[in-house]
Amino acid sequence: MSEPDAAPRQETAVTSDAIESPLLVVDGLRKEFGGVVAVDGATFSVAEGSLTGLIGPNGAGKSTTFNCITGIHEPTGGRVTFDGQSITGLPPYTLANRGLVRTFQIARELSEMTVIENVMLAPGGQVGESVIRSVTPGLRGDVIEAETAVRDRAWETLEFFEIDHLAHENAGNLSGGQRKLLEMARVLMTDPEMILLDEPLAGVNPTLEEKLLERIHELRREQGLTFLLVEHDMDVIMNNCEHIIVMHQGSVLAEGDAETIKSDERVLEAYLGGDV
Amino acid sequence: MSTVDTVRTRLDALPDVGLVIAFIASIWAVMLVLAIAVGGANWANLAAGFVGSVTVLIGGYAILALALNLQWGYTGLFNIGIAGFMAVGAYTTAVLTAPTDPAAGAVPGLGLPLWVGLIGGMVMAAIIGGLAALPALRLKADYLAIVTVAFSEIIRLIVNWDGLAEVSLFGVPFGTGGATGISFKSANEVASTFINGVGQPIVAAAEGVGVSGPNLANLTYGILLLLVVAASYWVLARITNSPFGRVLKAIREDETVTQSLGKDTRRFKIKTFMIGCALMGLAGVLFRGQAGYVSPQQFRPTITFYVFAALIIGGSGSNTGSIIGAATFSGLLFYLPARLGENVSLGGTRAPGNIIDAVAGLGSLDPLPLLAYTISNVSTLRFVLIGVVLIYIIQNQPEGLLGHRNEPATSVSLDRAQSGSGGETDE
Repeated sequence: MSEPDAAPRQETAVTSDAIESPLLVVDGLRKEFGGVVAVDGATFSVAEGSLTGLIGPNGAGKSTTFNCITGIHEPTGGRVTFDGQSITGLPPYTLANRGLVRTFQIARELSEMTVIENVMLAPGGQVGESVIRSVTPGLRGDVIEAETAVRDRAWETLEFFEIDHLAHENAGNLSGGQRKLLEMARVLMTDPEMILLDEPLAGVNPTLEEKLLERIHELRREQGLTFLLVEHDMDVIMNNCEHIIVMHQGSVLAEGDAETIKSDERVLEAYLGGDV
Repeated sequence: MSTVDTVRTRLDALPDVGLVIAFIASIWAVMLVLAIAVGGANWANLAAGFVGSVTVLIGGYAILALALNLQWGYTGLFNIGIAGFMAVGAYTTAVLTAPTDPAAGAVPGLGLPLWVGLIGGMVMAAIIGGLAALPALRLKADYLAIVTVAFSEIIRLIVNWDGLAEVSLFGVPFGTGGATGISFKSANEVASTFINGVGQPIVAAAEGVGVSGPNLANLTYGILLLLVVAASYWVLARITNSPFGRVLKAIREDETVTQSLGKDTRRFKIKTFMIGCALMGLAGVLFRGQAGYVSPQQFRPTITFYVFAALIIGGSGSNTGSIIGAATFSGLLFYLPARLGENVSLGGTRAPGNIIDAVAGLGSLDPLPLLAYTISNVSTLRFVLIGVVLIYIIQNQPEGLLGHRNEPATSVSLDRAQSGSGGETDE
């Protein structure tokens, strides 16, 4: 099946559990690298305010799907809709400014910048990002005012993730887990509506994992943020996500809550290496 | 503790402006000592000459290093076409300000005032820089490097080309002068007129101790250049210590992340490249065109690499380090050895004709031939010295003298607000 429109073969799984107010809709997404089809007609949606898990064996196309949604890659075919508007193929900065941000599988801290600089970079539309305003004496008042506000918010965010004691440290000196916290703090500073987390718990110790998950739940509860989470740890996904999407060989294999997924024969086969 | 560490600790203790002033003042002191040692009765004039020339060099390289620091040190834009952008600025100013009725054989210009020429030169360098960056910035960093070096050579070949030596547009004759270059009223000449007019008492006093008029004018011009450095530093410090500068640093560290955080990085890169090129254009006319004459030979790619050397020594990523690096490179590694070679001689020992003869003397435990050879060939050997210093710095202090410092990219203090709402102590 090479046509992006061929995706509705998964419709049966979706309709049984139709999502009422989807914030993100991925429809027949397709991405080819040369002759390799990495994503082959993936179709799913993410409900507003939900914590949705995206799982699948290695090479299932999860990261490529992420990259296509967030504009790092341009999809070969299909449509992505965010908040009712098409965002297919838009550059990452436009998406971030519309409230759709991501973290990276391997934490990408800006290592020669301090932790607080990393975090202060993130907020969108800062007046001081205009050269003229930052330099000209008369116009600089606004910049100082905005900077002070951004700084205070940065400190609050660092406190929320309990890395405020590292604020003046170069980000490159942080431990692996602290970098994951920094990434979360940074995307949060962009004031997002939805955060795509690419394996945020990989290589994180259990205590820190607990802390990160706690923060995610708190942000959902108190700020109504939506999360899409790629993770390899099954327990984490099953215990935390109310909706789970399983990808296999570039398309969506199954969708539903933890119970549905656990009892799905196809999912077990995909994970245990049976031929599908 | 190594020497470098000691120097570093001492440098760190000073505030930035004090540090720069102290550093340049100590280079002046070295020049003064040299002049007194070799000048005899003429020492004052010699000192004014040395200090004047070294100040002009420091000023010129400092502007260039600051501009490159914005592009490469801050944003990671690898511009190896500095010479070309300097040429654009210098030639634009020259064409705009050259007299409409030149001396016989020279090329006429548009005869505009110098300040118009300087602004025109900067604007033109910025536009050409923007054009060079436009296609290359969409690609990876290496391509920008290739494009800039190609641009710089194209520009040099164009100004060298006979076809543009003298052209006429709408009946107004002007041109680049081709290989012979073009003469115009230089900023140096303006400084000279100024010091001889307003500064008459200073001129009289200087002549009283034996300082010649041209040397005094050169010194005045050097100080004028340092004022331009101060102004550039002020502007660049504000640019880099701001949210704009923060985005630039982030682009250098990881452009994909910066984009994912909502920054249109291409816009930032083009702006930055244009600002840097404008400064390079200004340095082109103020430094290379200081004598009121520009020719294609002055814009060979070597100067590009001198500026890189200066910035690497000082520490890329630091504005203060850029100036320190420029002063170290141009004053201590470039200018001082040449003056030492000219003015120091070893009594009766004649310098051998080549390095083999010079080293042969060591066989009979006589170091004098080698020493004499070194001194007489110092203007060539100083490049070996520069190479050695670069290798030493890259191996032992890869961040340069001041590159290890963090100059926070923000317009305010980053310490926690002291409002004391009480929330901070909550766990």
